[in-house]
Amino acid sequence: METKKIITLEEDSSGIQFPTDIDTKEIVFVNIGPSHPAMHGTLRVLTALDGETIVAAVAEMGYLHRGFEKDCEIHPYQQCIPYTDRLNYLSAIMNNIGFAKAVEKMLGITIPERAKVIRVITAELNRIIDHLVCVGTNLVDIGALTNFWYSFNVREKVYDILEKLCGARLTSNYIRIGGLSRDTYPGFEEEVLDVCDEILEAVGEIERLTEKNRIFLDRTQNVAVISLEDAISYGWTGPTLRACGIDYDLRKVEPYYDYETYDFDVIVGTKGDNFDRIYVRLYEIRESVKIIKQALKRLAPGPIMTDDKRVALPPKIHTYGNIEGLMNHFKIIMHGIQPPLSEVYDYTESSNGELGFHIISDGGQYPYRVKCRPPSFMNYAAFPQLIEGGMIADAIATLGTINIIAGELDR
Amino acid sequence: MNNQNLIETIKIKHIEDIINYYEEYGYLNVVIKPESIRNIISYLKTDEDLKFEMLVDLVSIDYSQFPEKKPGRFGLAYHLKSITHNHRVAIRVYLPEENPEIDSIHDFYKNANWLEREAWDQMGIKFKGHPNLKRILNHKEFVGHPLRKDYPIDRRQWLSEPDDLMDEMEKRLKEKGIIR
Amino acid sequence: MGVKNFNPNEQLPYITTTREAVLAWGRKNSLWPMPFGTACCAIEFMGVVSSVFDISRFGAELVRFSPRQSDLLIVAGTITYKMGPILKQIYDQMSDPKWVISMGVCASSGGFYNNYCTMQGIDHIIPVDVYIAGCPPRPEAILDAVLKIQEKIENPHKTPPAQFQVKEPKFDY
Repeated sequence: METKKIITLEEDSSGIQFPTDIDTKEIVFVNIGPSHPAMHGTLRVLTALDGETIVAAVAEMGYLHRGFEKDCEIHPYQQCIPYTDRLNYLSAIMNNIGFAKAVEKMLGITIPERAKVIRVITAELNRIIDHLVCVGTNLVDIGALTNFWYSFNVREKVYDILEKLCGARLTSNYIRIGGLSRDTYPGFEEEVLDVCDEILEAVGEIERLTEKNRIFLDRTQNVAVISLEDAISYGWTGPTLRACGIDYDLRKVEPYYDYETYDFDVIVGTKGDNFDRIYVRLYEIRESVKIIKQALKRLAPGPIMTDDKRVALPPKIHTYGNIEGLMNHFKIIMHGIQPPLSEVYDYTESSNGELGFHIISDGGQYPYRVKCRPPSFMNYAAFPQLIEGGMIADAIATLGTINIIAGELDR
Repeated sequence: MNNQNLIETIKIKHIEDIINYYEEYGYLNVVIKPESIRNIISYLKTDEDLKFEMLVDLVSIDYSQFPEKKPGRFGLAYHLKSITHNHRVAIRVYLPEENPEIDSIHDFYKNANWLEREAWDQMGIKFKGHPNLKRILNHKEFVGHPLRKDYPIDRRQWLSEPDDLMDEMEKRLKEKGIIR
Repeated sequence: MGVKNFNPNEQLPYITTTREAVLAWGRKNSLWPMPFGTACCAIEFMGVVSSVFDISRFGAELVRFSPRQSDLLIVAGTITYKMGPILKQIYDQMSDPKWVISMGVCASSGGFYNNYCTMQGIDHIIPVDVYIAGCPPRPEAILDAVLKIQEKIENPHKTPPAQFQVKEPKFDY
């Protein structure tokens, strides 16, 4: 049974009237350059100001274009996975899952149950830390500095868990094509349950500080409103689209990895302004915690890697025992994974929206073409429309709500 | 709708524009002629049973080193999605090697503006009628199209000074009616 | 250096020292970093500034995002050719004395992006004092780099031990 939660807003807005009868023809150009303190990476906006209001804005990107797609064409499939880590570096495991899922679809292999459940748990943990950074840094831009510490302290605890599991805090490289790279450590379930309680506490504190705060409400309600038709036309998906009033979540509409058997709600906003976008993310953290708790109950012992001979290394007893195991091992290491000659487009619901990979294989060990569909690109394309007519301070606050990660935007 | 009904509905109006269609991994791919892209996209967007409101992605491909022979060197794949009916389709186009050009669809979908700029920047495919076809990912002094198969991966190009952006800003101010 | 004339009945004690030592003591304990963060390493830098790995223990608490108000430039993340002129402009706008930390492998040598758009190290365009390896480096490594900058400020003419010396890079463009 699925229930929708609608955020109720206060109807009262600030009521400040700006003078509209002043005739001025002075336009000043201010460049909010690639190196700026809003902590959101290398984005550049050239604004034309009339007083303090922005009359026209031009956005530029590409300052972090690192050539991910061309690099994938000269590396075997397994070696492309560290490159996908650095796309959305705040939720690295979700990018790994997106890429591995597309290659597994090409090969037609299904991963074992335990691997599916651990993928769901780590994906939801990554979604939580991405939303915490987005909300924390966004509130710093608005001026509410205390929430930054609340969200970052909890993130350090999640990083401890991820470090024990994967080996690295940020760029995890945990997913392999066909399953996972290593199993969980003893004590994993208890630590995840403890950190879930601390996450809920931190979210509660952030909510208590902001939900009735007059300054916060004045700065975010009815600011940078976008209509539902415009949002769909720009290709928005994820929390930014759900804040405009439609309950479109790929985990419910086109489910994968047994998401239809988990019980969670889809958070929907009403107006499509900054307040909705921030609060949709905050409430989604609670839904992710619900999913993690349900998934932990399903964790049963079992294999973590499929035993399909095309992708999985054979157990050592076969590698050293008989000639077929040795040949299998040799072929996978030297010639890599070789999917059949085809094209596939596969997608997952990442923390920003629909993250898709279009992979073309020519039958060899290197992909012929990899294209990543970044959700931040679609969000940023609407940015000039969002800020025109507002003030510069609102522009900086809006930049935080649409959660642009420069690594994913420029690839 | 499943893929069979989709292709039958598209064939009602545009049987002469479709060259080929096939299903791959459960996903419907329709190959059309490049000249009819605008008619087909407007039909797909406005028809009540199809209603493809969102352009998900625009992928540009260079088939020059592909083992299978394709009817042109360059390919484009428009991925479309419908939110009301929950179905997807991929429209494919093949373009020749010399002078690859196709009409722009920036007035149907607002994100097509930047997606087509990226296809021009990385692959060199021109979009006729695009308001602002300039580079988006590489810097403005870059020569060549890096994602083509004949561009070596380590040919580096330095930049001497950053872009001014005033030409784009003047166009935007004129659109808004603030100057002249 | 020494304390002279500690006779509280007659006059106050005074300390003799050199001007360089006092200036170095002041500069190294109050570094104002400017994080030029582009990519994933900027997130680790945010983790260093937060309260678990505290960088304000070493005096470098006030992150100033303006080059005119800071003296330590921390380049955290990949620098592409499109970003190069902007980094050079920011470095030129900082006033002397200034130090540069190149954080992560992408800023030190291009990382694993050996392609047409990534600059293979920022030392092609600006001089670097300390390089940190790691992708991304652990927060303790960044604190170690700040300590090395402090040692360098104290003894600017001392050569580092042989294992930390970096050979002059060869540019083959």
